[in-house]
Amino acid sequence: MYEIVPTGGMSIPQIDAHSLLALATSPLARLGALDIAVIVIYFAMVIWIGFYLKGQANTSEEFFMAGREMTAWIAGLSFVSANLGSLELMGWAGSAYQYGILAAHWYWIGAIPAMLFLGMVMMPFYYVCKTHSVPGYLKLRYGQGASVVSAISFAFMTVLMSGVNMFAMAEVMKVVLGWDLNFSIIVSSLAVAAYVALGGLRSAIFNEVLQFMLIWGGALLVPIIGMVETGGWSGFKARLAQNIASGATAQGDYTHMWRSMGHFTDNPMGIHWTGIVFGLGFAISFGYWTTDFLVVQRVLAAHNLRAARMAPVIGSFFKMAVPFIVILPGLLGLVVLQNPNGTLMHLVPQNLATEGSGLHSYNEVLPLMMVRYMAPGLLGLGITALIAGFMSGMAGNVSAFSAVWTYDIYQPLIKKNASDEHLVTIGRWATILGVVVSIGTAYMVMSAAGIMDYVQALFSFFISPLLGVVLVGMFWRRATKAGGFWGLLLGTLTSVGLWAWVKADPHALRYVALSPDAKDMAENMYRALWSVIVAMGVNFGVSLATEPKPAAELEGLVYGATKIPEEEPVPIYKNEWFWTAVAIVMFCALNVYFW
Amino acid sequence: MTTTGHSSIWFFIGILLTVYGAMIFCYGLYELATGHLANVVLANLHASVWWGGGMLILGLFYGIRFRPGRNG
Repeated sequence: MYEIVPTGGMSIPQIDAHSLLALATSPLARLGALDIAVIVIYFAMVIWIGFYLKGQANTSEEFFMAGREMTAWIAGLSFVSANLGSLELMGWAGSAYQYGILAAHWYWIGAIPAMLFLGMVMMPFYYVCKTHSVPGYLKLRYGQGASVVSAISFAFMTVLMSGVNMFAMAEVMKVVLGWDLNFSIIVSSLAVAAYVALGGLRSAIFNEVLQFMLIWGGALLVPIIGMVETGGWSGFKARLAQNIASGATAQGDYTHMWRSMGHFTDNPMGIHWTGIVFGLGFAISFGYWTTDFLVVQRVLAAHNLRAARMAPVIGSFFKMAVPFIVILPGLLGLVVLQNPNGTLMHLVPQNLATEGSGLHSYNEVLPLMMVRYMAPGLLGLGITALIAGFMSGMAGNVSAFSAVWTYDIYQPLIKKNASDEHLVTIGRWATILGVVVSIGTAYMVMSAAGIMDYVQALFSFFISPLLGVVLVGMFWRRATKAGGFWGLLLGTLTSVGLWAWVKADPHALRYVALSPDAKDMAENMYRALWSVIVAMGVNFGVSLATEPKPAAELEGLVYGATKIPEEEPVPIYKNEWFWTAVAIVMFCALNVYFW
Repeated sequence: MTTTGHSSIWFFIGILLTVYGAMIFCYGLYELATGHLANVVLANLHASVWWGGGMLILGLFYGIRFRPGRNG
């Protein structure tokens, strides 16, 4: 069993691809000609966009930063879409079936505060200093050392993660559709390589927006018809209560998010509210949404500072809505999915859903719901949504890899005086290299599934310490080059050490998560929290003992030393602070409603 | 967004939604006309008709509103 963590540790549903493969004797869905046509048209469209935009990716600024011409809407939708992979869709729908609405924490407190913080507080610094990347910001603020450590770790892990996701997605396609693994891997990666290498970030962003629309168009119908079938939310709750009372569904509170968070033993995830709030809501979420270049790159492509600030705010509204196409179908599956004989279907963990058992795993809930409701054409649209989700995630990975490799590794370390044209060529080749390494990783994982555990854990090691270092550097003038470097290094080592400790001795979890009742999911949260604390603490301590940068060198990089450009007054409906306030109110309302 | 002199992403979205909407809508009409409903739950809701029709209308709106050569 491995954990899918395709978004820098943000998502932790468990999908055991090898167990899934064992089930692949008869696919869940059979596609008709109309469905196949929908999928083929999608591929034709993304390639067309790549060729169409080729002429607009001639300079490095165009290729890596999309010319910094994106509107707030496009940057915002791309920002969310790069994170909305199909494995997240399926994995979290499965988690919702298993744990109930608790899974929505990853979409609300695990995203919204961080996205708003990025837009309103951090974006001005990223944007004003005109950095091309997050490691680029570290270089300006802390010097080459911290930047290179961050760039190499990011580039390396990004392509490895891309390969892991590629493999897992190919296996999902095999289970759902019966497609050959090689076919899925090669076709999808060639399509991504073509449109990103041709059109650069602009092409990736355009396709992400397109994929975002497809994901909604393909997945939203499931909860709509599901709610009709159950008689709305109250009807769903009534049927669920009836099932629980009759013993058909396991006991548990499936419809409240916070009531069972008082103690580790009160909820099936084995998490305490402090882990959710400080671990997920701060260390993991802020680390991912504010310092992972994969998503930040989309916002940096905005055409002005206001658009760059609005983009995450716009993204936050859609992120808040994602549970309606992910969590809700998982919950509905609890009451509507039936066996062929009409009895309630019980999905099981993947290790139980073995070949010949006739059982389906939690992670199959979303495809099962699609098959239940979607007629020909619509089913093709739903499957296209899953493929689009995978491709947008992969395009995000390779476009971010290409930029970091070119700007933060190749240019400073290999060819300092490279011409702009040369950088674009390197970027195109880096895109292809990223895809090739991803494919290699996919096949490596295919031959040794255990590697997946390590690759996914590795990615999560770097994100939270990076947050600690970026935050201190951005908001404390006294932070020094040595402080940043040692903070990043020791924060990362803390994360690696805690992970290795729990791996070697699972009982160590009680110390990491501060409770003997903590379960696996709590480990990620507390490990992230400890690594942020160590990164910040070391940064503070070392900085106080070393020489600070002159104030003049902090201009544009640090709070208090940066003049934020004045923006033109706009009507309130275009004001980013207004929409941030609206997002906060909605976020609070959702949490209170589902308390 | 419309980059100067080029098509907007919304135009591409319009094209795709129009094509998908037309395909799904036509299939829905075929079901309605022939009475051969797909073997799915609540097929009597004719989701293909209204969902496909909705996509078609949205696609046409975006395709026309953001067609090349028009500022938007």
